[in-house]
Amino acid sequence: MTAPLVELRGVSKSYRRGGQRVPVLAGIDLDIPAGEFLALMGPSGSGKSTLLNLIAGLDQPDTGTIRVGGLDITGLEEGELARWRAEHVGFVFQFYYLIPVLTAFENVELPLLLAPLSRRERREHAALALHLVGLDDRADHYPRQLSGGQQQRVAIARALVVDPLLVVADEPTGDLDRVSAGEVLDLLTRLNGELGKTVVMVTHDPRAGRRARKVQYLDKGVLSDAPEDPSA
Amino acid sequence: MLLKILLRNAARHRLRTALTVAGTVVAILAFVLLQTVVDAWYAGVAASSAHRLVTRNAISLIFPLPIHYRDRIRQVEGVTTLSYGNWFGGYYQDPKNFFVNLAMEPASYLALYPEYQLSAEERAAFLQDRRGAIVGRKLSERFGWKVGDTVPLKGTVFPGDWPVTIRGVYRGRDRNTDETQLFFHWDYLNETLRATDPRRVDQVGIYVAGLARPEGAAAAAAAIDALFASSAAETLTESEQAFLLGFVAMSETILVATRVVALVVIATLLAVVGNTMAMSVRERLSEYAVLKTLGFGTGRIALSILGESVLITLVGGVLGLALAFPVTGRFAAVVGGLFPNFAVEPRTVLEALGTAVLVGLAAAVLPARQAVRVGIAEALGRVG
Repeated sequence: MTAPLVELRGVSKSYRRGGQRVPVLAGIDLDIPAGEFLALMGPSGSGKSTLLNLIAGLDQPDTGTIRVGGLDITGLEEGELARWRAEHVGFVFQFYYLIPVLTAFENVELPLLLAPLSRRERREHAALALHLVGLDDRADHYPRQLSGGQQQRVAIARALVVDPLLVVADEPTGDLDRVSAGEVLDLLTRLNGELGKTVVMVTHDPRAGRRARKVQYLDKGVLSDAPEDPSA
Repeated sequence: MLLKILLRNAARHRLRTALTVAGTVVAILAFVLLQTVVDAWYAGVAASSAHRLVTRNAISLIFPLPIHYRDRIRQVEGVTTLSYGNWFGGYYQDPKNFFVNLAMEPASYLALYPEYQLSAEERAAFLQDRRGAIVGRKLSERFGWKVGDTVPLKGTVFPGDWPVTIRGVYRGRDRNTDETQLFFHWDYLNETLRATDPRRVDQVGIYVAGLARPEGAAAAAAAIDALFASSAAETLTESEQAFLLGFVAMSETILVATRVVALVVIATLLAVVGNTMAMSVRERLSEYAVLKTLGFGTGRIALSILGESVLITLVGGVLGLALAFPVTGRFAAVVGGLFPNFAVEPRTVLEALGTAVLVGLAAAVLPARQAVRVGIAEALGRVG
């Protein structure tokens, strides 16, 4: 049996608010095999985004270990963690978070600045990523010149351009209309199905959840299998 | 790419950036102007020679010394040349037309001051004509004087009309040399006084002694003052530099105030640029969080903020410097007589550029610190 790509053991996290510690996650155990498309669902404040942050190396747990691709990322210093993220994780956010002073092409090229690539290689990779999301003709457009759905597709291109082990998406359809949301979910499904990328997605949207191969439900810091009907 | 982000971020809020650049232009212009005023004040000191001693009355420069001290000072070991004369304090047409004019013993004075350069013909004509005078190039240009013109000087220290004929226009040997002075014969002054004010005859304001070796200055000064100790007119002999610094010291308060104003201008600039950068960074915290998310280290993020700030202040600094030259030129034309060498020094240019860079860096330190310390989850609203 092969080891999971992502392996969480006894992960707890709490935040300090107003002088009090508020527990968010309590002793989470989770295995995510390579090639999985996992949706994390649950009510607001249930700890979904916190769990995603920990899996993606954006935050550190209070206790427990997180291994991704065999590497214990809980032992990494901030600089090492930043380098690890740059090489192995692609990010898609609810509000896209493109750099407004860069064109679509430059936004996609941005993460490659940290990779040991020539300028020509960077440009080839960025062009390919934009092509995969169907935005070749929008390469020179700035984010303000793109629709929400197009911006999110650029963000997906930026996430996959480094050929990551893992793509994390936090409410990727939360700011989009139905059609655009469908296009973005199609893309994430293709990333997973055709390119074999492991995708972990936080969502409130049951339609988005249905696109995932597996759904886990998080409530009051405890992870459980999703109900048979996630919309319930 | 980071350079691209830096440049485009600087141009993002054009009005804000333009106003900050404009503030920097004004501040650097003011800094250069004030620094040039201070430099101009010390210009005479900078042009002083270690080979010259100045002897005056120990009580005050206002009190004269007898002319017969001349022969005894000449005997002092190390003194090779001796000149003497009086501050004349005359004006041309209007008392507001200030310029330095001295009645000096001409041959010895020109020997002591080789930096005042005259043609052999002009020199001979000046020495031959007791009512002759020489003027600096800038002074002749200021009043349109030519060789052969008679200038009706009005005396203040020595009241009355004192017509002198211009026999030569001297040029400075280097840019520190004062070209705004007028010199005429001490004999002309003395002989005229013999008829008009006999009580003031045969008295001089200063002696200027030329030395063979600058190292002997202290001993020669002590020897000169020892000659006249306990006399009715004791002397104070000091290096030319110390003598001129004494004049500068009279204006010390103004100079200190000028320097304080220059510092206040720079501190204000720091606050203006700091405010601009703080606003810019605060607006872009989520973008810096994204860069951190993508793996960009704190160094690159800080560098982009510091670079943007330095770019703004450097552009303002260069524009301010570009404006400083015509402005100081105009200023020099207005206050010509007061500051003979009112020009922006290369050192001031470097100081202005250095100040612009340092202000840019200092103004961005706290905003950069805020950006590199931003929590990704908080900045992107991804808690919960």
